[in-house]
Amino acid sequence: MPGNQLSQAFVRTGMLDAKQPPAGETGLILWIRKNLLSSWLNIILTVLVAYAALRLALGLWPWFSNSVWQASSLADCRTILAEQGLGPTDGACFAVVTDRWHQLIFGFYPTDLYWRPILAMILFLGGIAPILFFSLPRSLLIFSCLAPFVCFWLLWGGTAWLPLLIVAGLAGGYALTRFVGAVISPTLTGLVTLALLIGFFWFGLMPLVGLMEAGLSLSIRPVASREFGGFMLAATIGLSAIVLSLPLGVLLALARQSDLPLIKWSAIIFIEVVRGVPLIVWLFTAQLLLNYFLPPGTSFDLTLRVIIMVTLFAAAYIAEVIRGGLVALPKGQHEGAVSLGLSYWQSRRLIILPQALKISIPGIVNEFIGLFKDTTLVVFIGLLDPIGVTRAIRATPEWNGVYWELFIFVGLLFYVVCYAMARYSLHLENLLRRDNY
Amino acid sequence: MKINTTRILLAAAMTAFTTTMASATTLEDVRAAGQLKCGIHEGLAGFAAPDANGKWQGLDVDICRAVASSVFGNSEAVEYIPVTGATRFSALASGEIDMLARTTTWTFSRDTDLKTEFVGVNFYDGQGFMVPASLGISSALELDGTTVCVNTGTTTELNLAEYFRANGMSYEPVPLETGAEAQQQFLSGSCDVFTGDASGLAANRATFPNPDEYVVLPEIISKEPLGPAVRHGDSEWEDIVRWSLNALITAEELGVTSENVEELASSVNKNAEINRLLGTEGDLGAMLGVEADWAKTIIMSVGNYGEVFERHVGVNTPIGLERGVNALWTQGGLLYSPPFR
Repeated sequence: MPGNQLSQAFVRTGMLDAKQPPAGETGLILWIRKNLLSSWLNIILTVLVAYAALRLALGLWPWFSNSVWQASSLADCRTILAEQGLGPTDGACFAVVTDRWHQLIFGFYPTDLYWRPILAMILFLGGIAPILFFSLPRSLLIFSCLAPFVCFWLLWGGTAWLPLLIVAGLAGGYALTRFVGAVISPTLTGLVTLALLIGFFWFGLMPLVGLMEAGLSLSIRPVASREFGGFMLAATIGLSAIVLSLPLGVLLALARQSDLPLIKWSAIIFIEVVRGVPLIVWLFTAQLLLNYFLPPGTSFDLTLRVIIMVTLFAAAYIAEVIRGGLVALPKGQHEGAVSLGLSYWQSRRLIILPQALKISIPGIVNEFIGLFKDTTLVVFIGLLDPIGVTRAIRATPEWNGVYWELFIFVGLLFYVVCYAMARYSLHLENLLRRDNY
Repeated sequence: MKINTTRILLAAAMTAFTTTMASATTLEDVRAAGQLKCGIHEGLAGFAAPDANGKWQGLDVDICRAVASSVFGNSEAVEYIPVTGATRFSALASGEIDMLARTTTWTFSRDTDLKTEFVGVNFYDGQGFMVPASLGISSALELDGTTVCVNTGTTTELNLAEYFRANGMSYEPVPLETGAEAQQQFLSGSCDVFTGDASGLAANRATFPNPDEYVVLPEIISKEPLGPAVRHGDSEWEDIVRWSLNALITAEELGVTSENVEELASSVNKNAEINRLLGTEGDLGAMLGVEADWAKTIIMSVGNYGEVFERHVGVNTPIGLERGVNALWTQGGLLYSPPFR
């Protein structure tokens, strides 16, 4: 057929392989051209920034490369530098970190008990893993619920009966609402359980702890909060406040949206008052004012007071972030939940909160990062956080005059934690991305 | 009439409440707690600083240890509570601490208005100036027209302004928040002069890369008597703290040291005051409400004032201070303890 000849002459039967883009339009060169050298203004800026970065690196490099890592004092460091023919400020003296790293990390926690905060940290990370990563089996959540109590016991020591009985009380309350509440009215059972629990914790707990301890001693050496310090103090305050403020913030955000005026206005007043006053003022209140109000002789642990204040402070901010998420949800979601016949709590749990929280993730993590760094404010009420410890270390005759080395170390510690949080937030956002609305 | 009755009842209730609040004395509280809550500096060279083992050391810390020795016979029975300059008086007033030993200047208003009782002076300080030697200045009166690094919100700042005004000189202040910052600014040349307590200046200068290039000027422009303080209104407790400090000073005057105290206490000395101090004669301990050998315990655990001074700020330490006005009155200084009689 004549058509055949034509098609053979003009129509290709196979696809050609794609050609490589021309040199200069690919890889690194393309990236540089597009991002650094796209216009005259950008070329000038690139050159200037590159020059500044180079100068900075060249200026700092000798200081780092000449670092002294083993010395007993600043004077010793300077002698070692002088032996190499260097001036006293030509090299860093990271020996201060080698000598005092344990104080920067653990404060004045007894040296032979360092395993306890370390184990507590491991347990905390283990406990939080099933919450952070959905691929882990859900049965591990039991471990997440128990981890805080074990951490508390490990950090402060003392009798194990206190956390054990608290867990027992909470478990008993849960069982009561779950099994009795299924038979009788759930609301009534809930209220009775709440009253029972408050009564138990307020009056019965401490005598019972004493009784059980007398029967079977489960004590490990107690460590006073006063001995907490350094990065461990920042982590204790920061992580407790993060873990506690999220549920509290969710409740506050829901309360603020509530139809019941009492609940709604309580939440509004709490949030606005707490947000309207700087954290440092709340910390001063925790340290000074509370003591005037409490009966004399009741020494309510300062670190605990600070944790409570920081938690309440963070909760108010988290509540507003989550409220942003709640407001962003289309009204149809609420109406859909109602039309399915879901109760208030069912609709929050299954429809509203999962979506609202997803929207709020960047804001929440942002709050957490800020909160973690805000823990350094406790230095103003005399607690020795990492910054406070650097000051105390500088006050010793050996290390008076060391600044940058200590601050660089502390900065690195904070950077690692905050960057990890930021990366996790990104991971979560990618995981939960649904591009359907 | 009705209102009056209510008022009286209210007043009675409040009195009852306050009496219950004040019923336990500080001494009883301290004994019940088993340790002394002592407010110290969060970190100041020579006065309070933790060593590599986390044990607090310093001139102020030793005052805490001395008081704990009097009360418990054990200088380790102290809970050190670092307090900041801003929170120290409230911490004392609210009962967060039992005594304050934090380089606190004894002033009129603090004594009267703030209801703090100063029990004595454990260090006589004063404000001085430090300049680079290259400026060629040898007296504070030549500082006209200089820039001065000074910590904000301290008596230092006020003294500075008063001194320059009184001498008809001008200066440009560089206000800085912390001592560390001030030191960095001074070293980098942002200011010509660094002012602060003379002890602090000496401590700072010792840490400079080139201490010889800086001089501390001879003028001392203010009086800074630093002393331990207690709450107003508990004289028994005040006495214990006051005489613990006095025991340190008297021990030096009588030549009692941590080395010879055991020997002096085991025999009867010709000097009866030594016997009274160490509790082998008379009953001074009972008058104070503590054990008879209270002062002996103090000296055994912390030494006499001279030993304390030399250990923390003396010429053989990096701070390297001379005794100066902090010498005994018998040696031309200001330290003077009332007699132990």
